[in-house]
Amino acid sequence: MKLDTSGLESFSTLTAPGDDVVGEFSAPPSFQLPNSNDFDGFVKEAIQMVKPAKGTTTLAFIFKDGVIVAADSRASMGGYIYSVKKIIEINPYMLGTMAGGAADCQFWHRNLGIKCRLHELANKRRISVTGASKLLANILYSYRGMGLSVGTMIAGWDETGPSLYYVDSEGGRLKGTRFSVGSGSPYAYGVLDNGYRYDLSVEEAVELGRRAIYHATFRDGASGGVVSVYHVGPEGWKKWTGDDVGDLHYQYYPVVPSTVEQEMVEATGA
Amino acid sequence: MECVFGLVGNGFAIVVADTSAVHSILVHKSNEDKIMVLDSHKLIAASGEPGDRVQFTEYIQKNVALYQFRNGIPLTTAAAANFTRGELATALRKNPYFVNVLLAGYDKETGPSLYYIDYIATMHKVDKGAFGYGSYFSLSMMDRHYHSGMSVEEAIDLVDKCIMEIRSRLVVAPPNFVIKIVDKDGARQYAWRESVKDAPVPSA
Repeated sequence: MKLDTSGLESFSTLTAPGDDVVGEFSAPPSFQLPNSNDFDGFVKEAIQMVKPAKGTTTLAFIFKDGVIVAADSRASMGGYIYSVKKIIEINPYMLGTMAGGAADCQFWHRNLGIKCRLHELANKRRISVTGASKLLANILYSYRGMGLSVGTMIAGWDETGPSLYYVDSEGGRLKGTRFSVGSGSPYAYGVLDNGYRYDLSVEEAVELGRRAIYHATFRDGASGGVVSVYHVGPEGWKKWTGDDVGDLHYQYYPVVPSTVEQEMVEATGA
Repeated sequence: MECVFGLVGNGFAIVVADTSAVHSILVHKSNEDKIMVLDSHKLIAASGEPGDRVQFTEYIQKNVALYQFRNGIPLTTAAAANFTRGELATALRKNPYFVNVLLAGYDKETGPSLYYIDYIATMHKVDKGAFGYGSYFSLSMMDRHYHSGMSVEEAIDLVDKCIMEIRSRLVVAPPNFVIKIVDKDGARQYAWRESVKDAPVPSA
């Protein structure tokens, strides 16, 4: 499969002065490979370094009023814990979620946003979510086996209504109505599947997304931080909540002072 | 694991595939259609790595369509199968596709045919074939009950027997299957066999 290096194209090569032979093309764009004796080992190590990075919980689901996209914010590197924005705004009516390598997700989502805008300018109409997800899937497929780590969902509202696609760096692309990605996804699926109905109201759907992420962060050590929930409607996306999971825990399960069953008293006498 | 199987009957060929899209222990989707309609009278049922499966079958589909546009006549099933095998073989030593394919088609001159093409570009023209863990159960079922010139009812009955066997004996049996048929009237979906239904979405 030919590598799709369009994301790395520098436009200066197109305007470079031509050589003496008309019709000779300048060298195709490429990136430098690292100087190492054992390139395969290097790639393996790179993949292993990024592997734990899919420590996250993201989810998205379609319902009658659009798409809900929710994610935690924990990113960990070794012993450090950060908070990262995991819902990426590709354009005003499409969102992408981040799971895997943060740099990979951010770069390729930004690149996708550029391609979508170029499509709009060239075709005088917005790109569909199907098209956008296929663009991303094809790019990721051409880099298969090279250590990219991306597990993303593309959610948006286009002419056909709300759409949701799951795209990953192994080249898979699935169209669906409910997805959850990341190390905490099995936990989130449980709460999500159980509480899901197509005819939820927007408030109920936002609450379902928030609850599902909260439960995943409770059980999964690699997820936590702040739950962000976005809603994509016909007019575009809107951020609804950004709650810390610690606060959510005491909101859902407030501390109830328990009655003392047995009280210890001082022993009287010897 | 993915179960794909198929057989040739009297004037038709049937292919069956499971419909689960799985990622380690998670089932992302249980209604993923893995049988692609290659052209009006051909079906390609594929199993393997998710990215490879879709990319490879779409590539074959587009090239088959290109041939028809360029030459005005469609490829025969044998030609399409050999083309598919050739593409797998060429890529094998460089950038292999991990896709196993059952290609079923109907030609006016030669009738129905089924081709078994695995990921290392082995190709056989067969009456019945299967891939995946499900093949351990469906192949012997088909060997036992198959005879040449089966009617559609008999074939569907055999397919259901195989699905029952897979469901009851395979430890991670996929819940849902899709059945597609190709005969002189073309390639089309025949039925779904669902035991797990997703939350109903009212159609627009």
